Amino acid sequence: MKDALENLEREALSEIEAATSKEELFDIRTRYLGRKGLLTGVLRKLKEVPPDERPILGERSNRAKELIARKIDEALELCEAQSRSERLKSGALDVTLPGRSIRRGSLHPITQTMMEICSIFFDLGFSIEEGPEVELDYYNFEALNIPKDHPARDMQDTFYIDDEKVLRTHTSPVQVRTMEKQRPPVRILSPGKVYRPDSDVSHTPMFHQVEGLLVDRSITFADLKGTLEYFLHNMFGSDRSIRFRPSFFPFTEPSAEVDIRCVICGGEGCRVCGNGGWLEILGCGMVDPAVFQNVGYDPEEFTGFAFGLGVERIAMLKYGISDIRLFFENDRRFLSQF
Amino acid sequence: MLVSLKWLRDYVDCSLDPRELAEKLTMAGLEVESVNPGGPDFSGVVVARIESLKPHPNADKLSLCEVGTGDRTYRVVCGASNIKVGDLVPLATVGAAIPGGYTIRHSTIRGEASEGMLCSEEELKIGDDDSGIMILDPSLPLGEDLRKALDLEDTVLDVAVTPNRPDCLSILGIAREVAVITGSRLHYPETVCPERGDPIESQTSVEILSPHLCPRYTARLIKNVRVRPSPLWLRVRLEAVGLRAINNVVDVTNFVMMELGQPLHAFDFAFLEEGRIVVRGAEEGEEFRSLDEKTRLLKKDMLVICDGVKPVAIAGIMGGLNSEVREETDTILLESAYFDPASIRKTARILGMSTDAAFRFERGVDPEGVTRALDRAAMLMAELSDGDVAPGIIDEYPQPLEVPGPIRLRSARAADIIGISLEPFRVKKILLDLEMVVEESKEGEFVVTPPSFRGDLTREIDLIEEIARVNGYDEIPPTLPFLTPPSRRDEKAERVDDLIRDVFLGLGYLEVINYSFTSPDSGHKLGFPEDHESWRFVRIANPLTEDSSVLRTNLVYGLLESMGRNINVGNTDLKFFEMGNIFLHVNEDKLPWERYRIAGLLTGARYDRSWHYKDMLSDFYDIKGCLETLFATLGIERPRFVPTQGVPFLHPGRAAEIFLGDKPAGVMGEVHPDVLAGMDIHQAAFVFELDRDSLLEVALLSRTFHEIPRFPAINRDVAFLVENDVKAGDIIALCRSEEEELLEKVDVFDVYSGPSIPAGMKSLALRFTYRSAAKTLADHEINETHQRVVQRIVEATGAKIRGAI
Repeated sequence: MKDALENLEREALSEIEAATSKEELFDIRTRYLGRKGLLTGVLRKLKEVPPDERPILGERSNRAKELIARKIDEALELCEAQSRSERLKSGALDVTLPGRSIRRGSLHPITQTMMEICSIFFDLGFSIEEGPEVELDYYNFEALNIPKDHPARDMQDTFYIDDEKVLRTHTSPVQVRTMEKQRPPVRILSPGKVYRPDSDVSHTPMFHQVEGLLVDRSITFADLKGTLEYFLHNMFGSDRSIRFRPSFFPFTEPSAEVDIRCVICGGEGCRVCGNGGWLEILGCGMVDPAVFQNVGYDPEEFTGFAFGLGVERIAMLKYGISDIRLFFENDRRFLSQF
Repeated sequence: MLVSLKWLRDYVDCSLDPRELAEKLTMAGLEVESVNPGGPDFSGVVVARIESLKPHPNADKLSLCEVGTGDRTYRVVCGASNIKVGDLVPLATVGAAIPGGYTIRHSTIRGEASEGMLCSEEELKIGDDDSGIMILDPSLPLGEDLRKALDLEDTVLDVAVTPNRPDCLSILGIAREVAVITGSRLHYPETVCPERGDPIESQTSVEILSPHLCPRYTARLIKNVRVRPSPLWLRVRLEAVGLRAINNVVDVTNFVMMELGQPLHAFDFAFLEEGRIVVRGAEEGEEFRSLDEKTRLLKKDMLVICDGVKPVAIAGIMGGLNSEVREETDTILLESAYFDPASIRKTARILGMSTDAAFRFERGVDPEGVTRALDRAAMLMAELSDGDVAPGIIDEYPQPLEVPGPIRLRSARAADIIGISLEPFRVKKILLDLEMVVEESKEGEFVVTPPSFRGDLTREIDLIEEIARVNGYDEIPPTLPFLTPPSRRDEKAERVDDLIRDVFLGLGYLEVINYSFTSPDSGHKLGFPEDHESWRFVRIANPLTEDSSVLRTNLVYGLLESMGRNINVGNTDLKFFEMGNIFLHVNEDKLPWERYRIAGLLTGARYDRSWHYKDMLSDFYDIKGCLETLFATLGIERPRFVPTQGVPFLHPGRAAEIFLGDKPAGVMGEVHPDVLAGMDIHQAAFVFELDRDSLLEVALLSRTFHEIPRFPAINRDVAFLVENDVKAGDIIALCRSEEEELLEKVDVFDVYSGPSIPAGMKSLALRFTYRSAAKTLADHEINETHQRVVQRIVEATGAKIRGAI
């Protein structure tokens, strides 16, 4: 009896070992452990052995049963793992094939640059004002202290609609319009399109400006310097050298042009900076009292500053673009780079 | 303005290196745009003496010279006949570079070796004389470099003078600035003029008939002049600043203009009829031959200088051919005047004549400098052309000119503007350096009278700028202004714009920026009838080209042009959007109507062409879907797309007008094939154009949370067989035409026509979703509603039900 049990156990274990599929293992389980199985058959004969041997044999047979059951479970698990891994193997993809992407669009580099400029001034509490692109001569020139037949008009060649209307040559008229309808403090930005009849690699007849105006009590040229330094350091890096040099604009006095150390050569002198090592980046100044008088502000009570910068110029420096006309050709291969 | 440093140093002691000087001038507001080597363009030319001279054995016209430079002797073959032994001449040695890009080499000329070249003035571009070898001053040291020997080394600064500083349109003016910023002394040039003969009044007269255009006219008479080429020093000066030497009379007028900033004109007195000058307005249509040999048609209001009979110069701009100084000229009438700047500017613009004289007059010359320039020029003419200057000057000054008057300057105000306060002595020093008269009227206050050449200084702020400028902008520390908090603004427009951009970026659209200009032909190209508002162009009076002579009245045309350009270079798959203004002419008295528009264009492949999608082309519903996404993002509910045939550039069967909240907001659709063909585009394109303010009006940016449904929905699918022209939108609208509490939504899930569907019909399959917020619905609870809705559709459209689940 004992021998039979042990033989059975041995056979079962070797069958389990040899089995290669789940089906075989299920079959083994039925054959040995099922209700009509071989082990059950042996156990049934237990009542034929002498009573004193029964406990020992009983325990032995239980052990055999447990061992066989456990080995089957283990083998099943192994089998499952193998078939899972085969399934995964056969389901492999060529991960190097391109994905199904929907490419994000992009904003025009001018828009991006303009937004970057504006966002720095937003930090300083500036907000946006807009105005018409076809402007009255009065707002574009006269109110800004640029009378007719004055040589200062040569500084800005102009597209005329008629004697009274022009395509604005700068966004400064927005400043005048804002001051006309609002008392100080005024702290505005006027971004937008402007127009001058010029066309070559560095000029297009339409381009973009961001101008700013701050008017309040006790605003000084030192404040102008500080504000623009804050902007330029944020835009071009805090270690970039800046210089303010005297200049002339009819609507500001004192006036300045602001240069930064050339971003291409770092000041050594190159083609981009015309060997001077500096790049002219914006014009600015203290608002001329005549402009304040034109909008009904008392120049003794309020002072302020204004500045203006060309967005294309900054974008060209930022992205290394040498021909301004590319901005308005709208070639997809250009636009999709930004 | 070109500034020769050699010339500059005639008036100011300045030992600064040219680069340093340029930097200082730039930082004082006179921007130096470039620093260039000046003087004639040669090197390797030395002073040599002719040691011997004999004929060339093989050529009649050549000679063999031996020339010595002190340390050695050169053999040179020469073709000129004006030299003799002992003459000092310029020798271009082997390796020398002479103007025109030539390099001197060893050569053999007709069998004789030549170790260099003897040069004429013209060959070295020092002068015009090409008649023979240049004979040098015998006192020049042998062997010395000619540039040094003749003092030709120079540096030329190109200075950008701002329009407010006409006083700096002269070498003396720049020298004055240099003196101020370097603390050196300024020397004025000599103007004392020897006089001889009969007084001027007895010989000529000046009459001003238009005193408002010519407030001051002064003249001198110089007799017995000998007109000939100017001496080298004068020619070198003029050429250094970009002027061409002509003769010793004209050159003096140009020299003094560049020196002092006062333009002058020399008339040949013999050709002045009646021997006098009359200054008057031109007659309308009067013809005049100016010195550049062009016939000018004059207009009333233009100022002319006349003799007793006819015009002899366009005042302040250019003289006339009829009184030009020529070799035979014997007597000169020299003019120095002040003309009204605005009038000169206007005349110069109308005639298209931008001369150096006009440039200075229109910016304003020094009213008190008029006679100084006159004397200076007369003095030089007497000196250089052996002329006799008649005693006295004519000074007609009917209209006293405004010279800058006393200005009150408060130190405190200066500090308020600049941001730092300067010591009174420093302020005073700066003003005095600038040649102003300064009195301290009381503590912290000055009364300042600017010099007559500073017409730009009329107000306190002008003086404050001068102080800040001369003291140096670098001395002003940067500070941040004390900022009061900004007032709250309505930023909805900005947020809407941002969302619009976000949506198109997410959908893969590239933003484009087209010019606001367009061609008037765009109206035809888009097929607009001529009474359509798209023809209400705003016209530019002075366009660059006819193709850019009007402002756009829509964005679509620019997008189509961009598309055309891209297709031409092989970019056939495009998703573009643009945001910008369009312009409609209203009337002469008003500004045009500007509207901010958003437009888009879609053409080519729907997705990037790849192994996933082959040849899936975009269509109408792609662009419509973009707009639906946009409206959903902006919280705009139930946009309506109404079929339209009223948009000429759109396919009549594939076009919709868009209504938002019952107001028209734009159009969309497939571009009309004829329009594309007219623009030479041969692939379908889909466009839209929306009015931003219309979006803004209905956009709802705030969101309110809605409870997530807790109970399941029941779907019912029904396929309706309807006539082809029945619109899905109308059917969906029918479902909504009465309040149905349980009907959550209706979706179109299939549209089909094919073999199993009768001709002219289509199958429209709808999914009805029912839900209650209060409980899980049972089938029988929705049957009634569903039947009612389906029945409504059947009754209204005659639909047959193909199948239902």
